[in-house]
Amino acid sequence: MKKVIMGNHALSHGATLARVQVIAAYPITPQTQVVELLSEIVADQKLKAAFIKVESEHSAMAACIGASSAGARAFTATSSQGLALMHELLHWAAGARLPIVMAEVNRAMAPPWSIWSDQNDSLSQRDTGWMQFYCQSNQEVLDTVIQAYKICEKVLMPAMIVLDAFSLSHTYEAVDIPDQELVDRYLPPFSFKYKLDVNDPHTFGGLTKPDWYMEFRYKMHEALEQALPLIKEEGKRFGDMFGRAYDTLDPYRVDDADTVLVTSGTAASTARYTVDKLRRKGKKVGNLRVRVLRPFPFADIRRELANAKKIVVIDRNISFGYHGIFAQEVKSALYGHCSAPVFCFIAGLGGRDIFPETIEGILAECGRAKKPKQDIYWVEVKK
Amino acid sequence: MPKSRKKIQFNNLGELPPMAMSLRSMAANPTGSWRNLRPEIRYEDCIQCMICWKYCPDAAIELDGEKPVINLDFCKGCGICAEECPKKCIAMLKEGK
Repeated sequence: MKKVIMGNHALSHGATLARVQVIAAYPITPQTQVVELLSEIVADQKLKAAFIKVESEHSAMAACIGASSAGARAFTATSSQGLALMHELLHWAAGARLPIVMAEVNRAMAPPWSIWSDQNDSLSQRDTGWMQFYCQSNQEVLDTVIQAYKICEKVLMPAMIVLDAFSLSHTYEAVDIPDQELVDRYLPPFSFKYKLDVNDPHTFGGLTKPDWYMEFRYKMHEALEQALPLIKEEGKRFGDMFGRAYDTLDPYRVDDADTVLVTSGTAASTARYTVDKLRRKGKKVGNLRVRVLRPFPFADIRRELANAKKIVVIDRNISFGYHGIFAQEVKSALYGHCSAPVFCFIAGLGGRDIFPETIEGILAECGRAKKPKQDIYWVEVKK
Repeated sequence: MPKSRKKIQFNNLGELPPMAMSLRSMAANPTGSWRNLRPEIRYEDCIQCMICWKYCPDAAIELDGEKPVINLDFCKGCGICAEECPKKCIAMLKEGK
């Protein structure tokens, strides 16, 4: 059934269709509507789930960890400072190998206070072990929640569904809400081999000495490596069943492109509009959208960018004193494999719009330069 | 003391569960030797309110009928029971004295 819904509600519908059993959440703009609608759905008994109100995001994740440890399918949603407050428990969820799925609406970190979008919140959690899916449309948001549970429960690692504040979270789009029956066929109930069970008591996460700690870390890494082909496989299977396939990357007019714009999140649709415009003028430009940041799709990045003569990464984030984070990941994947120069642009922080003109400006800045004149370019910063 | 004190041992990566987990419950892991202070209940003042039993973070207080009994194989001597006791009838005594 097609419905016009906001990105936040696409998450609520995704979680409902995934038949989540425990939802624990604390409100924060711009995420609040995700759990607001879920609380209504649970109150109306349209979803058999426990809705736990908690006193902080730290507690929200703690409740999800408890629920998931007991074998329940757990869901939460947060943004920005709320995600930062969860940090300790994000490590715990991944280390305890719990397949929790969380919606993360990108919101800039304070100070100064901002409620608008950029990616520094989610990217600050890059190394916690959580998979990260960056979405471009409300449809993708809904579909990815369902796929994420499937992938997470197979490899026993958690995942974040990441979307831009307002430009996706509060934007209404037509979304196909799939039939429950079909979703049930795609996503079987979660059965957890290592769950808390009073009839077979074990303790989890106890003190582990140097002789085995590293092996647990190796197993987490191994799980995310296994997740990579699984993301592709499940994205394809989802396509076979629902008519919408997904992959780690989403290339657009990349094959014969001399210049490839690498973007993530909603900036991709603006980039594609600009690509079409420039193509009409005969310029060979393409767009590569990175959908999955962790596990990082090294091989796919190398394949898609193999023929590019110039790579331009637009980052809606900044690793202070270094680069944009997507640029640094792309560079590291290409090092030794591809000699095309990588241009690193920082744009759209704190919710500043990235317009087609912004992207045209970025491409003009690269101009005919064979290699970047600077390590980092700040876009449209006032002088 | 509980009978099983066998060290948990894995031989290879395949035997290792995905996350650190004990092979048995915490009953196989006595923690009484961690204790510096030993709780002692003055039973003549105890009103059997079960507050100590409820607050003990290690479930080291057991009930003999309605009478609380501290299991010294597991009590770490944290003193929460003494702090919470409304009759103040749990004394914390130095071990070894």
